[in-house]
Amino acid sequence: MNIFQGETLSWHVLDGTIELTLDRAPCNEIGRATLIDLEKFIAALPALQREAHALIINSTRKEGFCAGADLRETYRVAQPLPKDERLAGLRDFLERIHHVMNTLDEAPLTTIAAVHGVTFGGGFELALACDLIVADKMTRFCFPELRLGLIPGFGGIPRLKRDLGNAVVRDLVLTGRSINATKAQSVGLVSQVTAEGDALRVARSTAAQLKKFDRGTAIAAKKFIKPIPYDELRREIELFCDLFMRPAVDAGLRKFAESTDALPYLP
Amino acid sequence: MNTIDKTTDEVLRLAAEHFKVQRDQLSPDDDFFKKLGINSLQALDLLTRIEQHFQIELPDYELQGVSDFRTLAQRIQSRL
Repeated sequence: MNIFQGETLSWHVLDGTIELTLDRAPCNEIGRATLIDLEKFIAALPALQREAHALIINSTRKEGFCAGADLRETYRVAQPLPKDERLAGLRDFLERIHHVMNTLDEAPLTTIAAVHGVTFGGGFELALACDLIVADKMTRFCFPELRLGLIPGFGGIPRLKRDLGNAVVRDLVLTGRSINATKAQSVGLVSQVTAEGDALRVARSTAAQLKKFDRGTAIAAKKFIKPIPYDELRREIELFCDLFMRPAVDAGLRKFAESTDALPYLP
Repeated sequence: MNTIDKTTDEVLRLAAEHFKVQRDQLSPDDDFFKKLGINSLQALDLLTRIEQHFQIELPDYELQGVSDFRTLAQRIQSRL
């Protein structure tokens, strides 16, 4: 299935590059519907890989690449459930989204996140699962989870630790502040910064360059360069579940879910 | 070295350009959320413009509770 149009995303293959495009209002929040579509993509990936050498993940939403987990849905679904069912539901979601992220991370393709605007939480984590990040100069990266009494839960800390110095990881996670694309490039997170609206074009240009290389060598090089921190990813799920069950998180999610701001990304 | 008045003026100009309003419609004591009709996400865009223009980093937590251009300019000034 080399062309797909789902509820929250679509994909197609063009000149050996798979383009996976997120499109869910307001800013590609990752809830159940997006997870299901991502799982469809992962299931289709073995067949897509046979005709592709690269994958670009991008967004059509003008607000940004992805604002992270759908916290309003998380609250709405979890709030009425008894404690044990809430934990089981959370764990199931985390296991599934980790499977998606891990599959993208280790895919035998060169993967490029073409990002712009809000690239927060789970959106940042999706970009970190990719091999390269090409960022529009108006991109902002942020892990705001501590504001809710949580940590990033889709593999963010292990992948950030893999790619960056620990002081930068502490700065981003412990302060919850957002950084712009230039700063992100200066710390080594972003490979290329583009003009506004140009990230996808530059990602396509990069993907075209990759096509010149022997695919087997590119796959071997990626495997050698990019270890997947499986143990830490498992520990992240456990820690996230422990933290999620505390009353402080319930209060933080309620405040977020009941905010009158359409896009309450700042406290 | 920018003075606070010059910084304020530059912030007003940047906001007017980014949100496509006339510069003379904006005043230092305006509430930029109300005057520009913007949400927290659009305020982040303004923050990015400001960081690029002044070549500074301004953590968004420093803008908590800040809603007027004059106070925003003061926060910027402290980073110059």
